[in-house]
Amino acid sequence: MKYLSILTLVPLVGALAVAFVPRSRPQLAKQLAMLVSLVVLGVAVATWLAFKTGAGAPRLQLQESYNWIPAWGAKFAFGVDGIALVMIALIALLVPLVILSGWHDAERSQRSVPAYFALLLALEGMMIGNFVATDVLMFYLFFELMLVPMYFLIGSFGSDVQPKQRQYAAVKFFLYSLVGGLFMLAAVIGLWVLGGHTFDWQTLTDAEFATNAQRWLFLGFFLAFAIKAPFFPFHTWLPDAGGAAPAGAAALLVGVMDKVGTFGILRYCLPLFPEASRWFAPWAIALSLVGIIYAALLAVGQNDLKRLVSYTSIAHFGFIGIGIFAFTIQAGSGSVLYMLNHGLATGLLFLVVGMFVARRGSTMIGDFGGAGKLVPVLAGVFFIAGMASLALPGLAPFVSEFLVLIGTFTVNKTVAVIATVGIILAAAYVLWMVQRTTQGTLNDKLRDIEPMKKDLSLREGVVVAPLIALLLVLGFYPKPVLDVINPAVQATLNGVVSPERSDPAPATTVEAGK
Amino acid sequence: MVATLINEQAEAVVYAPATGLLSYMWLLIAIPAVSALILLLAGKAANRWGHWLGVASVLASFVLGLTLFFQLRNLENRSVVENLYSFIPVGNLRVDFGLLFDPLAACFVLLITGVGFLIHLYATGYMAHDEGRRRFFGYFNLFIAAMLLLVLGNNYVMLYFGWEGVGLASYLLISFWYGRPAAATAGKKAFLMNRVGDAGLVLGIFLMFAWLGSTNYEVVFNNIGTLGSTTVLLIGLALLAGACGKSGQFPLQAWLPDAMEGPTPVSALIHAATMVTAGVYLIARSNPIFSENTTLQTVVVSVGAITLLLGCIIGTAKDDIKRVLAWSTVSQIGYMFLGVGLGGGAYALAIIHLLAHGFFKANMFLGAGSVMHGMNDQVDIRRFGGLYKYMRITWLTFMMGWLAIIGIPPLSGFFTKEPIIVAAFSRPGWTGWLFGLAALLGAGLTAFYMTRLFILTFHGPKRWTTAKEGLVDQHPHESPAVMTIPLILLALGSIVAGGLMVTSVPQWLEPVLGPETAEHPKIAHGALTALSLVLTVAGAGLAYALFRKGTALTPQPAGVLVTAARNNLYTDAFNEAVFEKPGNWLTRLLVFVDNKGVDGLVNGLAAAVGGGSGRLRRLQTGFVRSYALSMLVGGVLVLGAFLAVQLGWMG
Repeated sequence: MKYLSILTLVPLVGALAVAFVPRSRPQLAKQLAMLVSLVVLGVAVATWLAFKTGAGAPRLQLQESYNWIPAWGAKFAFGVDGIALVMIALIALLVPLVILSGWHDAERSQRSVPAYFALLLALEGMMIGNFVATDVLMFYLFFELMLVPMYFLIGSFGSDVQPKQRQYAAVKFFLYSLVGGLFMLAAVIGLWVLGGHTFDWQTLTDAEFATNAQRWLFLGFFLAFAIKAPFFPFHTWLPDAGGAAPAGAAALLVGVMDKVGTFGILRYCLPLFPEASRWFAPWAIALSLVGIIYAALLAVGQNDLKRLVSYTSIAHFGFIGIGIFAFTIQAGSGSVLYMLNHGLATGLLFLVVGMFVARRGSTMIGDFGGAGKLVPVLAGVFFIAGMASLALPGLAPFVSEFLVLIGTFTVNKTVAVIATVGIILAAAYVLWMVQRTTQGTLNDKLRDIEPMKKDLSLREGVVVAPLIALLLVLGFYPKPVLDVINPAVQATLNGVVSPERSDPAPATTVEAGK
Repeated sequence: MVATLINEQAEAVVYAPATGLLSYMWLLIAIPAVSALILLLAGKAANRWGHWLGVASVLASFVLGLTLFFQLRNLENRSVVENLYSFIPVGNLRVDFGLLFDPLAACFVLLITGVGFLIHLYATGYMAHDEGRRRFFGYFNLFIAAMLLLVLGNNYVMLYFGWEGVGLASYLLISFWYGRPAAATAGKKAFLMNRVGDAGLVLGIFLMFAWLGSTNYEVVFNNIGTLGSTTVLLIGLALLAGACGKSGQFPLQAWLPDAMEGPTPVSALIHAATMVTAGVYLIARSNPIFSENTTLQTVVVSVGAITLLLGCIIGTAKDDIKRVLAWSTVSQIGYMFLGVGLGGGAYALAIIHLLAHGFFKANMFLGAGSVMHGMNDQVDIRRFGGLYKYMRITWLTFMMGWLAIIGIPPLSGFFTKEPIIVAAFSRPGWTGWLFGLAALLGAGLTAFYMTRLFILTFHGPKRWTTAKEGLVDQHPHESPAVMTIPLILLALGSIVAGGLMVTSVPQWLEPVLGPETAEHPKIAHGALTALSLVLTVAGAGLAYALFRKGTALTPQPAGVLVTAARNNLYTDAFNEAVFEKPGNWLTRLLVFVDNKGVDGLVNGLAAAVGGGSGRLRRLQTGFVRSYALSMLVGGVLVLGAFLAVQLGWMG
């Protein structure tokens, strides 16, 4: 089975099909989009099952290769490792939920329904393309292409409250990403020149680059990824984009698209430029560390729900960042697991915020207050999403945050201690947000708003239930995912540091019950 | 520093695999957990019977716990573990979802499920007319499950799992009436202050992994002796930070009195009998770590002594019946910290005081709830008086709790508090005098404020609110049987528990906490007992003389000390001035800088590189000064972080 090419093509073809549905038949467009996204989910599950774990399993699996531009040595080459597989599963899971949650988004803003859902599917295909590519040029292509559907999702279908703000956010998002992409393009060309005129990831990984060249190439890739992720100080586009995008698109933007940045660091920066990675690691960690504290403090100070959630994500990306550059197996696996869990948790949070905003017609926290009295179940889901965001044990993000911190601590105690302050700040922004929105005296204005009286609908319940269930299951039993992630992370680290350095804590032989 | 070396001085800790019925210990946690899930998911359909399911699940856990306790007694090695599954396996980090049932865990299991059952039963009456009753019992069951996980875990990650779980339940129950701003704020405060302590606890776990390669009790305890004393001190201080947060000890005590915003059964179960003693459990459980380092023990003892006096002093000045009891809890847990800090035989003393306290404090909280139930939720003791005639059972049972806490023989407090005072005086050197006198002074103050509470509530003239003042007319009445039966049982516990436990429980705990040690107090044992009794009677007598004729209906102008005590000795004001206000300013400053500066700077860059973006460029004009500011701030931040990173790698 050609799992990976199918996974990439199905949503792209589906997007075309949905785009050609006449505007007069919105229902057909929705159903078709949902069908396509479910097919993708099915293929993703099959891919997961076909992926081998355990000793002896190769790092890149399910490979396919097709000629593209023979003169440059560029190919359409597919293949996944455990890291990419987890991200693909996350995309395949989130997209149907986003489609369902955005069932009425386009009508509400009186825009083309088929276009909206076609854009979502196109985005899905392009995001998957990033993760399945094993050809650097193909990766670059998808990295840039995926900006286009997101640009339109923000600019044309975003928040109606401030149309100007929406345009500004879309342009800003596009320009930031484009600038990052240009740096990467330069690096990709440099890589091709120095690496023996090939774009093949495996060949390039085996190649050796001179120290200086490595550092420049690393910087080119890293800048693009740091903007995408985003790391401090390249983060300011995200609150605008996250604040203006429709909730579902925001969930995809922050939940998955930004992870291309951290994925890129793991897949390209570390294996291709190991010496440069070690050399830049202190700086990368410093940026991440500032991000954790700085963005968390900013989240505390936000008055707009969607911007607040965006800032929490920047803080979370800081954790992922230190985890990657600590170069230990615990921190590295923690980071990858964090990428998945953050997608689930923040995805849920954005979707629930979207449900509140759709009812209230405002994203301002001050326009809520005591909403729990009117919509207790929705408020409960909001609370669970918040608890996931602050990494409460029992919910998936705890495991990843714990791994990142404990893995970092073994090699750099100062960094881990400062980052641990972040878990206190996380409690502050989540609880403060929950209190101002759902607790306390009921805001009198809410009483007059008819939609505020409707609690979680069946459709919304179907959207949030799988996410909550997964957060719980992975919170109690993360091993199946760790088994997929660990070998890929170990392989990544082996290229950068020695095995003793990547697992520095003493092994214990005295175990309980023996 | 090879982690596999077994410390030869201390006896090795060996846990046996659980067999037979004991391998079902996970059910202890699973039963209330499943019940909580049902209650929270079932919806309105379960409104009619939900609370009984909640009560039944705790009873089932209690019965199972009792059975397992008897099983354990028959074993040679009374520490059995069960690893359910591999939880977090990455590299050398191997965390199992594993449980440990040993004498210490058994004590807590019986306390949590036993007292927990009585309070659940009581709550069916107390919450009978609350529309959120089913949700309440869901949270209550969730708490029981999390608390059992906390005490049953066989490694520090499991403990932390339960630790955060009880924190969650505590938050949900404090802000149970979330429509009240005060309740919502109190819940948030509790969660946040606990998180500060939790950050310490996780750092302790990280230290163990970094130096010993494991978070398992067995591995950590057997190898702690291989570590240097500074390392042990750091681990211990980190754990202590967590313990202080959860147990409301100085300097993280401010959240506990505010937690009284929750329904009274919550105050009784979580904020008096069980959860707030988790810090004591943590230190007792980690006794191989704490006994390893005398500096560490001195810090624990100091925290205990400071807190026990702080709680007493503030307790004398409060007028809200639940807040007096809350400060009393803070103070009594201070005694327990004193005990676990003294180490040696005093570990077990702290645990029996903890168990006895579980009975008499739960008893008094539920009694307070019963009084509020009969007095239209009035909590001001200035507006009670003469209630003994109207609420005979509440009065009598409360009296047992009062006599028990102030330590009148033969009630339980006498047997459990007095040995801690003796142990404090037995500490070598001048610190023995210091901590001993603190504990003794605390006993006198406790007698004073508890007697004030008791007399003002049940005796003296009636000072009830009336319709004439524009307040409700009071018609006090006794509570229904479902509430008074738990009161009677807990009162019985308050009477006999101490005497029954004073020798049997320390013996039972010997495999975990070590043997009893001979005490050599600075004052002869008998004289010390007499002295503490005299102080107790004096304190109680003074309070009786002052308050037997009642008191003013509103707080009167008072001297410096009383005013300070009424304001929690300005600890809240300190927190506000040092953490809250500057935190707010910092946040606001950063929001400004981020919107105007960092954003503007990078926007400008983007516009310049991207070119042709007139829209963006127009937004930039006039922000040049902010660019400069942001470049400075950003540069300083990144450089500072970079230095921290470098420092960490060197260290």
